[in-house]
Amino acid sequence: MDLIRDSLVFIWDSARDVAPIVIFLFAFQLFVIRARIPNLRRILVGFVFVIVGLGLFLVGLEQTLFPLGRLMAQQLTNPDFLYEVSGHIGETLVWQDFYWVYLFAAAIGFSTTLAEPALMAVAIKANAVSGGAIGIWGLRVAVAIGAGIGVALGCYRIITGLPLQHFIAAGYLLVIVQTAMAPKMIIPLAYDSGGVTTSTVTVPLITALGLGLAEAVPGRSPLLDGFGLVAFAALFPIISVLAYGQLAARKQERSRSIEQNRELPEETDHAL
Amino acid sequence: MKDSLIALSRDALNSLRDLAPIVLVIAVFQVLVIRQPVSGIVSLIIGGLLVVAGLTFFIFGLRIALFPIGENLAHALAEKGSAVWLFVFSFVLGFGTTIAEPALLAVAEEAARVAVGAGVIEDTPEALERYATGLRLVVALSVGVALLLGVLRILANWSLPIMIIGGYILVMVVTAVAPPEIVGVAYDSGGVTTSTVTVPLVTALGVGLASSLKGRNPMTDGFGLIAFASLTPILFVLLYGIARQWI
Repeated sequence: MDLIRDSLVFIWDSARDVAPIVIFLFAFQLFVIRARIPNLRRILVGFVFVIVGLGLFLVGLEQTLFPLGRLMAQQLTNPDFLYEVSGHIGETLVWQDFYWVYLFAAAIGFSTTLAEPALMAVAIKANAVSGGAIGIWGLRVAVAIGAGIGVALGCYRIITGLPLQHFIAAGYLLVIVQTAMAPKMIIPLAYDSGGVTTSTVTVPLITALGLGLAEAVPGRSPLLDGFGLVAFAALFPIISVLAYGQLAARKQERSRSIEQNRELPEETDHAL
Repeated sequence: MKDSLIALSRDALNSLRDLAPIVLVIAVFQVLVIRQPVSGIVSLIIGGLLVVAGLTFFIFGLRIALFPIGENLAHALAEKGSAVWLFVFSFVLGFGTTIAEPALLAVAEEAARVAVGAGVIEDTPEALERYATGLRLVVALSVGVALLLGVLRILANWSLPIMIIGGYILVMVVTAVAPPEIVGVAYDSGGVTTSTVTVPLVTALGVGLASSLKGRNPMTDGFGLIAFASLTPILFVLLYGIARQWI
């Protein structure tokens, strides 16, 4: 019974979030464009699906992933657990002792990004616009790898206490170099993929991880050091998607040169 | 009707595949590291089914409502030939969807507590509220400006890499003079602005616009709006932190 009530509450919340956008779109259509909306009924049905879908998605996450993920973040960053696995009882922990945290951070960054609906939307669009050259699954995996690396590296930063801006600046520097080398068509998509990774599924979990970690590590304040994981999760997908574009371009080039090599002997055959 | 059902069930299968990695990660860490029994397995399974159903419905609705209406509006505005309305539309879309964003609400409240901890504002509910509201307004404004700039870029055919990289260099310069307690908040606010409903609309807007303008390629010109929306909040929040020191 509680679940049904919760579901209705979440659907109502998502309706309240989406309603202003729908009203704005319709108002613009009516008063500025002054044209009827094509397929109005279909679009209204679609919005109902969006609202109900988002509501159910969130209630389900609240019921399963969020409590479990938060609990795991807490347990993995619990000092008792950290001392036990490191074997450094009574000594100070060094950054290598947190290997479970890094693994968890990378795994959770990767898997929550794969489930991010906003990323699916961008991937579907990119696939359609590129005429299938960019695979939906390929792009999402590339983004998710970047998010996983980003969150793990972000945890390393919290543990060591190094300044956030140094990592971010180094990341941007890499982005600049890659931009000069990557194929042109992937660049705008890569820049966009930074923003779409950090959304409904990812943010609550990695925030819990960051705060838990900042609390557990001596000398860190959750207030000052707990932030920054989202920034890491948003930066590294840019790098990984640019790399994905570079790899795809190189692969294409290689297969082209193989084809050329294959064609050459045939031509000489004909000449003979 | 039948087509819709087929599409829906294909989406449901995709959702299952999309969510499998999370289940795997949680299960592996549960068994290998935490080693404690999970309570309420039934509610976990029901919750999991709700997540799958929700994601399926959302993606379905996205295809039949969010994408078409976003593109349709972009085409109509491009045909109308009025740049001003296009700017108004993109600014209001960015500002309006961000100001009500729940993720931003959470970050703004957290940021206000950071500010109290750093001694920037007093520890009273009013001061916290004022700081958080100010921050939300600044971020919403920045997203409005971001979409406006992004649309302007598509119309004027400016180079995206130069604008974005230039923006990041500016962020680095401003970071050096910004108060340290605002830096983490600022960098995180770039990531939380673009919500699940806004992203498809904004993507459709950019792609629709680039495909209805002559000489623009939807792939190289249509994307990039979200990149602006993740960059300008960082800059604006850093400036907000600097401005607060002087006021």
